[in-house]
Amino acid sequence: MKILVPIKRVVDANVRVRVKSDRSGVELANLKMAMNPFCEIAMEEAVRQQEAGTVKEIVAVTVGGAQCQDILRTALAMGADRAILVETDVEAQPLGVAKVLRAVADREKPEVIILGKQAIDDDNNQTGQMLAALLGWAQGTFASKLEFAGGGLRVTREVDGGLETLMLKLPAIVTTDLRLNEPRYVKLPNIMKAKKKPLDVIKAADLGVDLTSRLKVLKVEEPPARGGGIKVASVQELVHRLRNERKVI
Amino acid sequence: MTMLVVAEHDNRMLRPATLSAVTAAARIGGDIAVLVAGRECGAAARAAAQVSGVRTVLHADAAHYEHALAEELAPLIVKAAAGMSHVLAPATTFGKNIMPRVAAMLDVAQISDVVRVESPDTFVRPIYAGNALATVQSTDAVKVLTVRATGFDAAPAGGGNAGVVTLEPTPSTGLSAFVGQELTRSERPELTAAKVIVSGGRGLGSAENFRMIDALADKLGAAVGASRAAVDAGFVPNDYQVGQTGKIVAPELYIAVGISGAIQHLAGMKDSKVIVAINKDAEAPIFEVADYGLVADLFQAVPELIAALDK
Repeated sequence: MKILVPIKRVVDANVRVRVKSDRSGVELANLKMAMNPFCEIAMEEAVRQQEAGTVKEIVAVTVGGAQCQDILRTALAMGADRAILVETDVEAQPLGVAKVLRAVADREKPEVIILGKQAIDDDNNQTGQMLAALLGWAQGTFASKLEFAGGGLRVTREVDGGLETLMLKLPAIVTTDLRLNEPRYVKLPNIMKAKKKPLDVIKAADLGVDLTSRLKVLKVEEPPARGGGIKVASVQELVHRLRNERKVI
Repeated sequence: MTMLVVAEHDNRMLRPATLSAVTAAARIGGDIAVLVAGRECGAAARAAAQVSGVRTVLHADAAHYEHALAEELAPLIVKAAAGMSHVLAPATTFGKNIMPRVAAMLDVAQISDVVRVESPDTFVRPIYAGNALATVQSTDAVKVLTVRATGFDAAPAGGGNAGVVTLEPTPSTGLSAFVGQELTRSERPELTAAKVIVSGGRGLGSAENFRMIDALADKLGAAVGASRAAVDAGFVPNDYQVGQTGKIVAPELYIAVGISGAIQHLAGMKDSKVIVAINKDAEAPIFEVADYGLVADLFQAVPELIAALDK
């Protein structure tokens, strides 16, 4: 079985971004970038399935500029066998990315595609579901557990009311939630080994995909700031203020 | 202009987030149709017909719609969307699962987590865990939106008198099957609809200690939430998680106990009206958003607070 793992390069989860003064976007210059945390969980799951013997080959793929090679090397160090960079200068939106990934899936013919449920920059939570639609495959979103069983894929999903389990026909799309696994730290020997693994670069234009944005960002602003709060000295003072000042209890 | 709101329901009743999506549709302006698809969901369809501002209810009943599987519902929504200018659904796990599939089938972009309507083609949504708000304009013929319930009041559940039209079900795709569910049962209010929420974090230390949060919540008639750290540590189930990728809440009163206040958590609760933080670390970032901060050992402060509420 082959697993395709699409990943995204985003600003590091611990960095607090600032809005640009011209309100055209957020300031990303000189910030630490990393693999999106949900994509790390997707990579980890693919590697665990391979270690369990269900998966033969893991292919990591990303869409973006040449700088995105760094997260592909991380994916290779985590355990991917090969990596593909679909190179473009366009800041692709989820529908465009899903179309690129469909083209890659048509070439690679994986049985399962595992993606992060959401990128922590644009917080869209769309690409996996869109890819499932374009391929006409089953989808198991927000997964907290995966098992291959009876020729299909059993997926436990984190939903608003608790957990839900579905059985998916293969091929299938899975998007990862936080509790699926805890990604491993990459060890130095694996980083060295990853440098020798194949990393192919394909031009997005060669895949014949239209990456034109359908959404125009008119402006990006800071959210309204909260008024300054106060420290209370005791539980009694807290209760008094909540009761009499704010009347919320 | 006619808009389609995809109802989230349990075959009997509408989920409250559906009513916020109706309000968002009303802000856009135009006729509102609500799609109620399920199994033996006539009661939910009748409930939708009562919602103020709804013109038409499209009711589709079939066994394969029972569990709101994306593979089954998406083709039906695409069919129902013919001639519509907008398709909206709540930004819950229901809407987040299904709507991007619908958008891709329609070959249009989706605008996720809309918190404000600027005009029929321009919407405001949070990005970077709510650290920025983006105003985006759609150039697509059909606008597909998920609506964040904290951004829109619920439409009145009564006062409407919509006509109910039966929609022929689309054939089953058979791609996925429902196996089972493990839902958290609670007598407490639902997290996303509660007026008061008490949330616990890593500082509680154990599932057993987390019962203190339950006790405080019960005293206040509150819902119980948690930080990611508390869920990851197994103190409480996943559906308690408040934050960027969990539930987004905006109650009248949010009490954060033993929560440090990572940006991912703040993203889920910083629109609450009054925020209280109880933490022994005076430097914890949660105090930056708190209206009232109490620097104290929670194991002393919480029992004291429970006792003080009795007086």
